[in-house]
Amino acid sequence: MIQVDYSPYLLIVVLLVGAVAFALTPLALAWLWAKKFSPNKPGQDKNAIYECGLESKGDAWVQFKSEYYLYAIIFLIFDVETIFLLPFAVAFSGLGAGAFVAMTVFLFLLVEGLLWAWQKGVLTWK
Amino acid sequence: MDEGLKSELSKQGVFTTTFEDLYNWGRKNSIWPLGFGLACCAIEMIAASMARWDLARFGAEVFRPSPRQADLMIVAGTVTKKMAPQVVRLYNQMPEPKYVIAMGACAISGGPFKQGYNVLKGIDRYIPVDVHIPGCPPRPEALLHAFMTLQRKIDEQPLTGAQRPRHLVAEAPSEFPVPQYGEHDLEPPNNPAVWQPPALASAD
Repeated sequence: MIQVDYSPYLLIVVLLVGAVAFALTPLALAWLWAKKFSPNKPGQDKNAIYECGLESKGDAWVQFKSEYYLYAIIFLIFDVETIFLLPFAVAFSGLGAGAFVAMTVFLFLLVEGLLWAWQKGVLTWK
Repeated sequence: MDEGLKSELSKQGVFTTTFEDLYNWGRKNSIWPLGFGLACCAIEMIAASMARWDLARFGAEVFRPSPRQADLMIVAGTVTKKMAPQVVRLYNQMPEPKYVIAMGACAISGGPFKQGYNVLKGIDRYIPVDVHIPGCPPRPEALLHAFMTLQRKIDEQPLTGAQRPRHLVAEAPSEFPVPQYGEHDLEPPNNPAVWQPPALASAD
């Protein structure tokens, strides 16, 4: 058996250096090439932020309507409800009466929330 | 490097090249076009990039959604006067080296709409066009031919000297003036540094 007298992590360091050099060498070569041959040509259009041919207008700090979050929350609640209901339905025949009551209470709470949101007019598109 | 010596060495199994050849070889085989179509010619351009004509054989299948990453602008279709400033601005936003293929009768001259009030009579009035393709619309083979013409053009460009391409000349412009909407027409009607109206034949 040959005795290894260097750290096994040395190999990782060597590979890491190789990987970084593999990534950086082409970039460095391209940079040197551009430095030697290709003059830098910035310009007003070239440095513009927007790149679809049109000039950018107005401010980036615009306000969005936040009302949509209600739909998102209601959807999320019933989405999570489905996740709970599915394993419940699969294991239904092996469950006792207590599990059934617990799930009914859970469903009732959610439906109650839905009715409340409905009554508040959240579900009407404005 | 002497061409005769190069050919003699290659017969002996020694491959030689120059920086210039290597640079141009890399450039001509990775011309990424801007994903940009204006009218029906764009359909032919799309067909050329699909499996049947397969633009990938020329290293040009990577249609870039941003001018910052594109090398080639294929002006595929009718350039209306409403669209012309945007086309020029997109061209300005492309990094050097950049090339333009004017595809189809409309892009090179206005085509069937040449007499119309709202169509630009050739995009070469504002930006330097490398290859013109006639046709209405040109078939994908014509676009492939334009590609090969452009590749040949790139291959022949020297890296140094007076004949070097525009992107290697520090004084040469990289951006071209974007036309404005005037009272009746685009102003200016053409970029005099790029295109000038042909002189009228005098009567005498």
